[in-house]
Amino acid sequence: MIFLKLALKSLKNRMLATGLTVLSISLSIGLLLTVERAQRAAEDGFNQTISKTDLIVGARSGPLQLVLYTVFNIGNATHNISFSTYQEIAKHPAIAWTIPYSLGDGHRGFRVVGTNQDFFKYYHFRKNQKVGFAAGRPFQELTDVVIGSEVARQLQYKMGQNIVVSHGVTKEEGFQHHDDLPFQISGIMAATGTPLDRAVYISLEAMEALHLEHSENLKKENIKPDAITSFFVGTHSRLDILKLQREINAFAKEPLLAIIPGVALAELWEGLSYAERILRLISLMVLIVGFMAMLIALTTTLNERRREMAILRAVGAQSKHILGLLVFESALLTFLGVVGGVILSLGLVAALAPWIESKFGLYLAGSALTQTELFYILGALAAGTVIGLIPAFKAQNQALKDGLSVRF
Amino acid sequence: MSLNSPLIEIRDLHFTYEGQATPTLFVPEFTVDSGEELFLFGPSGSGKTTLLEIISGVLAPQSGCLRILGQDLTKMTPAQRDAFRAEHVGYVFQSFNLIPYLSVYENIELPIRLSAVRKQRLGTVDVDMVIRAICGNLGISDLLDKNVTQISVGQQQRVAVARALLGKPQLLLCDEPTSALDTDHREKFLRLLFELAELYETTVVFVSHDRNIEKLFSRSLSMNTINKATS
Ligand SMILES: Nc1ncnc2c1ncn2[C@@H]1O[C@H](COP(=O)(O)OP(=O)(O)OP(=O)(O)O)[C@@H](O)[C@H]1O
Ligand SMILES: [Mg+2]
Repeated sequence: MIFLKLALKSLKNRMLATGLTVLSISLSIGLLLTVERAQRAAEDGFNQTISKTDLIVGARSGPLQLVLYTVFNIGNATHNISFSTYQEIAKHPAIAWTIPYSLGDGHRGFRVVGTNQDFFKYYHFRKNQKVGFAAGRPFQELTDVVIGSEVARQLQYKMGQNIVVSHGVTKEEGFQHHDDLPFQISGIMAATGTPLDRAVYISLEAMEALHLEHSENLKKENIKPDAITSFFVGTHSRLDILKLQREINAFAKEPLLAIIPGVALAELWEGLSYAERILRLISLMVLIVGFMAMLIALTTTLNERRREMAILRAVGAQSKHILGLLVFESALLTFLGVVGGVILSLGLVAALAPWIESKFGLYLAGSALTQTELFYILGALAAGTVIGLIPAFKAQNQALKDGLSVRF
Repeated sequence: MSLNSPLIEIRDLHFTYEGQATPTLFVPEFTVDSGEELFLFGPSGSGKTTLLEIISGVLAPQSGCLRILGQDLTKMTPAQRDAFRAEHVGYVFQSFNLIPYLSVYENIELPIRLSAVRKQRLGTVDVDMVIRAICGNLGISDLLDKNVTQISVGQQQRVAVARALLGKPQLLLCDEPTSALDTDHREKFLRLLFELAELYETTVVFVSHDRNIEKLFSRSLSMNTINKATS
């Protein structure tokens, strides 16, 4: 078709302006899509920090606090749960498994967690992933310690190395150290991309031993933990979760709080999502700037193109053809920009994915183009075309008013 | 269309530019017969370009009768007038006739790309052959693949004529296309133009303020005998 050819040749003739316009749209679409993708990955990653756990139980406090200190290693518990309470609840017939979790001690800025073998057996994240080992094995002896991948990386710890665990999550020296009980690294966990990577794991008994006055010559069998911070619960049937939650919350001997992690995480994300909204808003603004650049490029060339329009009219083009030509041009620019943006975004994600995974624990998996992206793409195409109407109407009017006698 | 009716027939035509108080054109009577080579002269501002734009249907008169090839242009919608122009009229400007980003060849073939009727008139003959034949007549055969910015003004005007005449329009309107040419080139240009116009049985209406070329035409008229608008 002649107008397609005219549009293409005309755009080619204005290569630099065309290229820059396409580039500016590409960059803004690329940014928008990449931000969208990263957000989705962040949300997915966040919501999948823990999975398959039906309830998290701690001493009564805020649900947010509980999820923060158990799942995200942020903050501390104000109260503990007595070990007997834990044992009593764990026997509940609806419960399939539990993982006791004892927090509070720190090692050079990283959280120390006391737990047992069930942690390695039952803790899941990202749907059905379990804790794996880059080297070594779970702790067995009292003085065995398993470290998260990030701990190993940052502190450059090696298998079999002896380390000292101190009390309290702090990097401060001079804190009360438990020098009596030297630990040996028995395992380094594989990277999970979750807060698990940033903690040090020892047995509940070892945790208890850290608090004993004289911990020399201790035997694991002799130590009985008397309190834990929280525990994770898996049920036999999901139907029991709500009932079990009510029962635990109404536990008579001790004030307890049981939360459903999925719900708590969703609420927490909701609280964080203002940042997400701001980010999206910024990329939308960038998109608007991209379109403004296109509008400017199209309108500034209009004056130079008056003669071109007059010639086309003289050889029989209707004024609606001129309108169509210009709208088509801007639609084409937008289309090229969007294609460029999608390629840019895919390329960027592909190139940066490994780095983002290791650095932020965000897995940019999943489909690249979801409905949201499609919505943005179609929206951008529509917006570009509509914006193209502005100079197009102007050109049409000009062509009608000028007639054929454009004077230079 | 009966044989003896004129090609262009204008009666009591008024035209006023938008926002203007007085009419630019008032033409009580003006006719052009088929096959004529008419020269219209008048000073700058006498309404020559305006008249051509009305005849080509780009501008629409406020009142009066305007018939071309027996068809009443005042009864047509703007789109119909555009189509009419595409089919029946070739137009050559004073200068800047060509679209800069198209080659010479692509500029010439524009009318048959825009009008199916113009293309049909070429019959079964190959379009490329026709274009090359016209350009042969005008002496611009070797320019066809060039960029229009690479050719001289005189050559540009011949390309514009080739384009205006491709597909045998009944009417060729020329708006001072020779004013940028020197005397020798002007005459040469006009002879080539008339040769082709006669070949294609195309009527020529040519406006200019330069009466030196008047003698080459079959008839010559002054704008003030046609345009009775007091300006
Ligand atoms: N678009 C326009 N809007 C308003 N007035 C116009 C417009 N175009 C031309 N005119 C006026 O109409 C009158 C006739 O203009 P026109 O261009 O037809 O003259 P012309 O005979 O072609 O002159 P020239 O020899 O300089 O080309 C002039 O007074 C001009 O100022
Ligand atoms: Mg003029």
